[in-house]
Amino acid sequence: MKNSYNVDKNGFYGDFGGAFIPEMMHANIEELKSKYLKISSEISFKKEFDDLLEKYVGRPTPLYYAKRLSKKYNTKVYLKREDLCHTGAHKINNTIGQILLAKKLGKTRIIAETGAGQHGVATATVCALMGIKCIIYMGEVDISRQAPNVARMKMLGAEVKPAISGSKTLKDATNEAIRDWINNPVDTHYIIGSVVGPHPYPDMVARFQSVIGNEVKKQLKKVEGNENPNYVIACVGGGSNAAGIFYPYLDNEKVKIICVEAAGKGINSGESAATSVLGKEGIIHGSKTLLMQTQDGQITEPYSISAGLDYPGVGPMHANLYKSGRGKFISIEDKDAMEWGLILSRMEGIIPAIETSHAFAVLDKMKFKKTDVIVFNCSGRGDKDLDTYIEYFKL
Amino acid sequence: MNRINKVLNKKREILSIYFTAGFPDLSDTTSIIKSLDNCGVDMIEIGLPFSDPLADGPTIQESSTKALKNGMTTKKLFEQLKGLRKETNIPLIIMGYFNPIMQYGVESFCKDCELAGIDGLIIPDLPVEIYNNNYKTIFEKYNLLNMFLITPQTSDKRIRFIDEISSGFIYMVSSFSITGSVNSFKKEQTKYFERINKMNLSSPLIIGFGISNKQTYLDAIKNSNGAIIGSAFIKHLKKYGVGKVSDFINKIRN
Ligand SMILES: Cc1ncc(COP(=O)(O)O)c(C=O)c1O
Repeated sequence: MKNSYNVDKNGFYGDFGGAFIPEMMHANIEELKSKYLKISSEISFKKEFDDLLEKYVGRPTPLYYAKRLSKKYNTKVYLKREDLCHTGAHKINNTIGQILLAKKLGKTRIIAETGAGQHGVATATVCALMGIKCIIYMGEVDISRQAPNVARMKMLGAEVKPAISGSKTLKDATNEAIRDWINNPVDTHYIIGSVVGPHPYPDMVARFQSVIGNEVKKQLKKVEGNENPNYVIACVGGGSNAAGIFYPYLDNEKVKIICVEAAGKGINSGESAATSVLGKEGIIHGSKTLLMQTQDGQITEPYSISAGLDYPGVGPMHANLYKSGRGKFISIEDKDAMEWGLILSRMEGIIPAIETSHAFAVLDKMKFKKTDVIVFNCSGRGDKDLDTYIEYFKL
Repeated sequence: MNRINKVLNKKREILSIYFTAGFPDLSDTTSIIKSLDNCGVDMIEIGLPFSDPLADGPTIQESSTKALKNGMTTKKLFEQLKGLRKETNIPLIIMGYFNPIMQYGVESFCKDCELAGIDGLIIPDLPVEIYNNNYKTIFEKYNLLNMFLITPQTSDKRIRFIDEISSGFIYMVSSFSITGSVNSFKKEQTKYFERINKMNLSSPLIIGFGISNKQTYLDAIKNSNGAIIGSAFIKHLKKYGVGKVSDFINKIRN
């Protein structure tokens, strides 16, 4: 049988993945592992999940043909409008799935980590929806650069706890959430926000996000007569919006996969989050993957202007896409991403999240044919980033 | 016979102390070991600092961060330990996270452990199954015991499995907790200790996490072969420095 780029039965993507966890997490991870597929494939679960995605999140999100961009770049550009999801990003697809799962597992307390705050807001939202207690860990640095999302989480009734160790960003918020889970293993479910962490998290989150790619297939078939685009392109922090749009195309090599990472102030500047270039194989947050680290195996502090891409690793699926060559990785610097925030706003009337802006910058880095069909995952909207944009452009 | 097994065979009421290598100062590692040995501690866990110690609380996170800032590395630790075995026979265990060990190379690491006179390892994020399938033979080749953790959530079946493949002691995590979180033991904990004791395991049990003073030490040794103290000792080091190690140990023991 041909190799698959999806997860194997042991929780690995090629050499990557697995569950390198302390014994204190074993019982919880084992419980998830033994139940997530069974629960999420039950008809009643699927029905409730689909129903909420439709009526609460607002799915299916449109697949929008970007006329002016297409004309300028002389190719066919489509945007999968995840920015139109309730709460403003793809993150809620996953939190809806996990909150339903948590309920089935009898959990009464939810914890989550957040970088940009989008996952924190999406988690606080589903907790409000279900009437479940919610605690969000967020790096101190991110709390100050994503203030609107902190306010939203509070409005939704969540408790926002600052992570004050290390770089005080997403990696450290994740450490704190894991510690909370170790201290509260019985009543608590940890909603991880990306395709990272120990197995089964990367697979579970990818499955909940796969609704994005599955919709693209149907929508493209309608407008192009072919469900396969030439390219799917997404930004990669941990990798969940990318995994979601790649999902149905993983093993279809006619469709080229492009992963866009944050180069920060430049790959060689010492202030970057371009994991594929700067990372080595290792273990972060319970998963074997590519991560930025010193020669001595200490995890290094990444940098990106966008809080959601400011993570020193990538999910194991993406590490395998990189190592196998199935996915092409491109890194985009802060300044190009910011520029694209403005371009998309002024050419298509869509203000993207800074994370999302990184993906579009690929249009200046690669050559596309006139007949190429390119689908971008427009993962989120830029409301949360307005302060950063305005300060940057002195608008 | 491995020094750890020798101590386990000889006595109960074992007192094992954890400290972070390279803290408070980079060069403190060996003087801490010698002081601990001199005041009658039975076993020492040398913490190899890691940037992201998931199973540890704020105290050890902080001492690890400081040690790394001081310049501690895996290589440096082995350099510091060189020659120490001429001066002490106390069992030495390295406690560290798996990523730094992986980057050093698991086999090179084990080899250098043996050369430095290390007797065993505790690697919280290296699960039992992965150890058993991939690394057991390497550890054994270099005469290193690997100690596994159990928690109140570990099932009886899994404890039996861990007992079977353990050759040193079983590290019994006192509660649902990261290191450094509690001041006294509660009823459920005592119940858990009793449940484990009734299982009549063949491996000795040492209780760790949350042992902070004489009272918790006494409670722990009532239910096991010994106790490990970490965060409380680090706090003491931070406050009083390396010169006052014996004060801390005397308060626990006398
Ligand atoms: C809008 C948006 N896109 C992308 C990301 C990056 O995460 P992931 O790579 O998991 O999609 C984030 C994370 O916060 C985000 O808010």
